[in-house]
Amino acid sequence: MIEVENLTLFYGETSAVNGVSFSIQDREIVGFLGLNGAGKTTILKMLAGLLYPSAGTIRMKGVDATAEADSLRARIGFLPEDPPLYTDMRVADFLRWCGAVRGMSAAELEARLPGVLTSCQLSDVANRVIDELSHGFRKRVGIAQAILHKPDLVILDEPISGLDPVQIVEIRGVIRNLKSECTVLISSHILSEVHQTCDRILVLNQGKLVAEGTEDDLARRATGGSARIHVVVRGTAETLSTTLSGQPGVTGHTVESESGGLIHASIELGDDCRESVVAALVGAGMGIRRIEDSEGELEHLFLDITKNRETS
Amino acid sequence: MKGMMLVVRRDLSAYFNSMWGYLVVASILVIDGLLFNAYSLGTGARYSTKVLEEFFYFSFGTTMVAAILLTMRLLAEERQTGTALLLDASPLSDTQIIVGKYLSALAFLFLLTLSTLYMPALIFVNGKVALGQIAAGYLGLFLAGSAAVAIGTFGSSVAKNQLFAAVISSFGVVFLLITWMLARKTEAPFSDVLSYMSLFDKHFQPFMRGRVNIDGIVYYLSVTFAFLMLSVRWMSSRRWK
Repeated sequence: MIEVENLTLFYGETSAVNGVSFSIQDREIVGFLGLNGAGKTTILKMLAGLLYPSAGTIRMKGVDATAEADSLRARIGFLPEDPPLYTDMRVADFLRWCGAVRGMSAAELEARLPGVLTSCQLSDVANRVIDELSHGFRKRVGIAQAILHKPDLVILDEPISGLDPVQIVEIRGVIRNLKSECTVLISSHILSEVHQTCDRILVLNQGKLVAEGTEDDLARRATGGSARIHVVVRGTAETLSTTLSGQPGVTGHTVESESGGLIHASIELGDDCRESVVAALVGAGMGIRRIEDSEGELEHLFLDITKNRETS
Repeated sequence: MKGMMLVVRRDLSAYFNSMWGYLVVASILVIDGLLFNAYSLGTGARYSTKVLEEFFYFSFGTTMVAAILLTMRLLAEERQTGTALLLDASPLSDTQIIVGKYLSALAFLFLLTLSTLYMPALIFVNGKVALGQIAAGYLGLFLAGSAAVAIGTFGSSVAKNQLFAAVISSFGVVFLLITWMLARKTEAPFSDVLSYMSLFDKHFQPFMRGRVNIDGIVYYLSVTFAFLMLSVRWMSSRRWK
């Protein structure tokens, strides 16, 4: 769907993005992760056709995105961090205007609008003036304008910033549903958001792409091929140690706490052998209460990756 | 064309939905009315044609001010509020955006100018008026307004905020107003060029006296075209950092 090669952008003498290359498949949700100033928003703006690169190429479905920017923008939906809204307009009127600007006919708009209002949970405020809406609703209107014209690519810059927990869950649902219709690119520095929403992650640091892959891929790379899971099991620490010590793929474990017959432990895995570990624990008569990737794993990965790059 | 008309529709509704549009209309009409009463009508008996000439003289000034006030928000406000991204991310070309915005301001200015028609109409109460002089005067106001709106559109496309946009536009308009003074201080061919560039002196005076001046029409349309083209070029350059 998108092929980016050697993308570079200078602001005057300063390089904001430096030789970034990646590709994105159709119907993929990809997260751009990085600290403030890492170049996430700049790359997204170039992908949305808002900025042209100083060097390098962006090809979208084989078409040069810089040469054909005007026509390609009709197939892209873009939501910046602060939703760009004409606050004097009513929600439905604003969305109709946005759809018309992107080439939708009146009939197409009337057919599509109710579904978008429903999916973004805006039906109740469709006739309200945008100026009267809360930040959460404004964000939804921003997402609605980005997806209304059924774009091939939706670009969301910090889609959950400034939202309350309930709104975050709702917006997350909206984003996940987009996957059935289009490719989605999300920029965020909120790691849990990327973790819960994206199929793949691109990690940026100081304008360069420093890592890419699924969360598991990045975990293996950052830990030299190992991964870590957290388990809560019923049994004794001795049984746990005995079971894990003979288990292929397990490189170590740490018992974090033991109380009321329940053991909280983290297990280091040399490769992805979660199923065989669970089978071994069950086989040893231990009751599995919970198994999950270690909390904060993405935070550790992110810090490791960016720190390693800065020091190298 | 459709995309451009969407921009026109949006910006015209912004004038009518905000206090700013009404404030500009009210202020200009009050000032125009006071000037008409105090200077154009005067206290003694005067020829109708002289009254009309004075009316168009003052209306030219208020039209220039109105054009600057109406255009300062066009693009600078969108940049300030972040809605410029909505246009930038749309498939609208820079020409569609600029011309659409220019036309919306021009249409609003046109309505404002038309709403001053009651003043020349008042002359009918005590005198005779040549309808041709009124038509020529309003054509001149419309053309000069078009040039000023184009200058304002350029100012708004260059500036980061509305105040700066008004300053740039004012500078452009005032410069073109005083070129006749500069022409007197220079020698040919510069004096000829500066004299021709004058927004009021050479080109508007025939209109306010009731003469439709082809030279003036060409000049005002040229200024309009030049500043709109500059605005489009400036807009296009923002994508290249």
